[in-house]
Amino acid sequence: MDEHTSKRLAALMSDNRETILKQWTASVRDTLRGRLTTTELDRQFEELYDALQAALDADVTEIDSPGAADLLSLLADLSRSRARHGFTATETATSVFSIKEALFDVLDDKQARGLADHAAFSRFLDKLGLFTFETYVNARDAIITEQAEQLLELSTPVVKLWDGVVAVPLIGTLDSARSQVAMERLLQALVDTGSPYAILDITGVPAVDTQVAQHILKTVIAAQLMGAQCIISGIRPQIAQTIVSLGIEFGDIVTKANLSDALQYVLRRKGVDLAGPSATSPAVGT
Amino acid sequence: MITAEPSGPAQEQQIVSDDDVVRVRQLVRAAAIATKLSLVDQTKLVTAASELARNTLVHGGGGHARVEPVTNGFRNGLRLVFTDQGPGIEDVDRAFADGYSTGGGLGLGLSGARRLMDEFELVTTIGKGTCVAAVKWER
Amino acid sequence: MDRVPILSLRDVLLVSIQVDLEDQLAVRLQEDLAERIVATGAHGVIIDITALDIVDSFVGRTLATIASVSRVLDADTVVVGMRPAVAITLVELGLPLHGIRTALNVDLGLDMLQQTRLSAGADRETDVVEASPDVSAPQPVPR
Repeated sequence: MDEHTSKRLAALMSDNRETILKQWTASVRDTLRGRLTTTELDRQFEELYDALQAALDADVTEIDSPGAADLLSLLADLSRSRARHGFTATETATSVFSIKEALFDVLDDKQARGLADHAAFSRFLDKLGLFTFETYVNARDAIITEQAEQLLELSTPVVKLWDGVVAVPLIGTLDSARSQVAMERLLQALVDTGSPYAILDITGVPAVDTQVAQHILKTVIAAQLMGAQCIISGIRPQIAQTIVSLGIEFGDIVTKANLSDALQYVLRRKGVDLAGPSATSPAVGT
Repeated sequence: MITAEPSGPAQEQQIVSDDDVVRVRQLVRAAAIATKLSLVDQTKLVTAASELARNTLVHGGGGHARVEPVTNGFRNGLRLVFTDQGPGIEDVDRAFADGYSTGGGLGLGLSGARRLMDEFELVTTIGKGTCVAAVKWER
Repeated sequence: MDRVPILSLRDVLLVSIQVDLEDQLAVRLQEDLAERIVATGAHGVIIDITALDIVDSFVGRTLATIASVSRVLDADTVVVGMRPAVAITLVELGLPLHGIRTALNVDLGLDMLQQTRLSAGADRETDVVEASPDVSAPQPVPR
């Protein structure tokens, strides 16, 4: 597309603003199926229309020209917003492509060089459409990554069981990434709560591989370095066998069959008086 | 390291005094944050850099550090290169033996630094000097 | 001349390391601490490393030396405030920090020193050095 074509198209857009805008907005409204209010849609497309016209008026012939910066910025915002609101990639890109129809109706009627302009404008708009699509995809990827991180956070709760005792109950399959996150959160919780005791409960973990077993081990040692004690509870028989077969030495790391035993152990060490049938040691004084 | 391509400007720091070791740490710390490494990875990187810088000063008689952002096409990382024109390392195997237990190893911190980094290369020539290059990749 | 400040709190000395510990500073700290332990008769030393974002083998050795020297001077040392990232790195580095006791914070560190003092006192029944009653021997004092 050359500058003359751009200028011609800009003039066309200016002269037929109402008609084109109306048709464009109407066609897009159908595809968006009422997920956007009419007012919002009208406003968005007016802005887009004006930006496109301004770019063409400024003799922009390629979408990477500096004069197209504002237009691209607007389109990027639009696709990001569409991505966040759950619109599909097609719906988003269609918003751009559908201006072609609206413009060409006007073009055929008025211009002599109709076909050439038609082709040039079409190519320009295709690129804009693809740009919109690309931005959309990137925005979606970013959202997915963000959600994955949030999910990881949610699935590693840190619970305060007692004064000076925190617990991290892990549930489900542990992969290397998840176990690292869990371990870092456990250690941070020790600092934040000033708890010298942590119970890592893996009752809900069906199996561990070498990497995960080593992460757990490293966490226990790290806790020790920091001045806290980390007890592991809920080791299933299969996991115990895995650990031994992997040759991992658990040394003097305390392990308990379940969370309850682990808590009892910790409370006794803290010298808490445990009344009840299971209490066997006298209070040492807190 | 064959696949590590520079992806940004390298920063250099000479190592002739204690203060230079501190400067190397600060340099690496800033570069690690810029490369968007996780906090634990940053800590490992700066700790390894500290070990290697100190080695260069104490055992290499002083030398030079180079910090460079790299990429392998998929991930970003940081490459550290420490060079000195010192006496070189006679017994490399022993140098890599854990120097932290009381006695064993030369306490060169090499084994520790190697464990903290993802890639590690050491080239040494008796009487000529030593060069250590190491890379840490983002996860 | 830069020095790491040492605070005296009852019979405990508190050192908060805020900056990178290079050779000169580390040596001076070791000397200053030894002097202060003797001068104040302190029985405990707390080294707060909360501000340290890395602990390399040099810092590790310095802490170990301080702990050893203090021990000889009849003071126990506790290192407090180690950051999680530092702990994780030390595990990877393979720095065992043998002989150094740690606690999560100053409060817990003080508790630990007190515990140590109490149990140490229980062993030292015949402490004839001091003329005044040995405050570390557990006397059944009504509270």
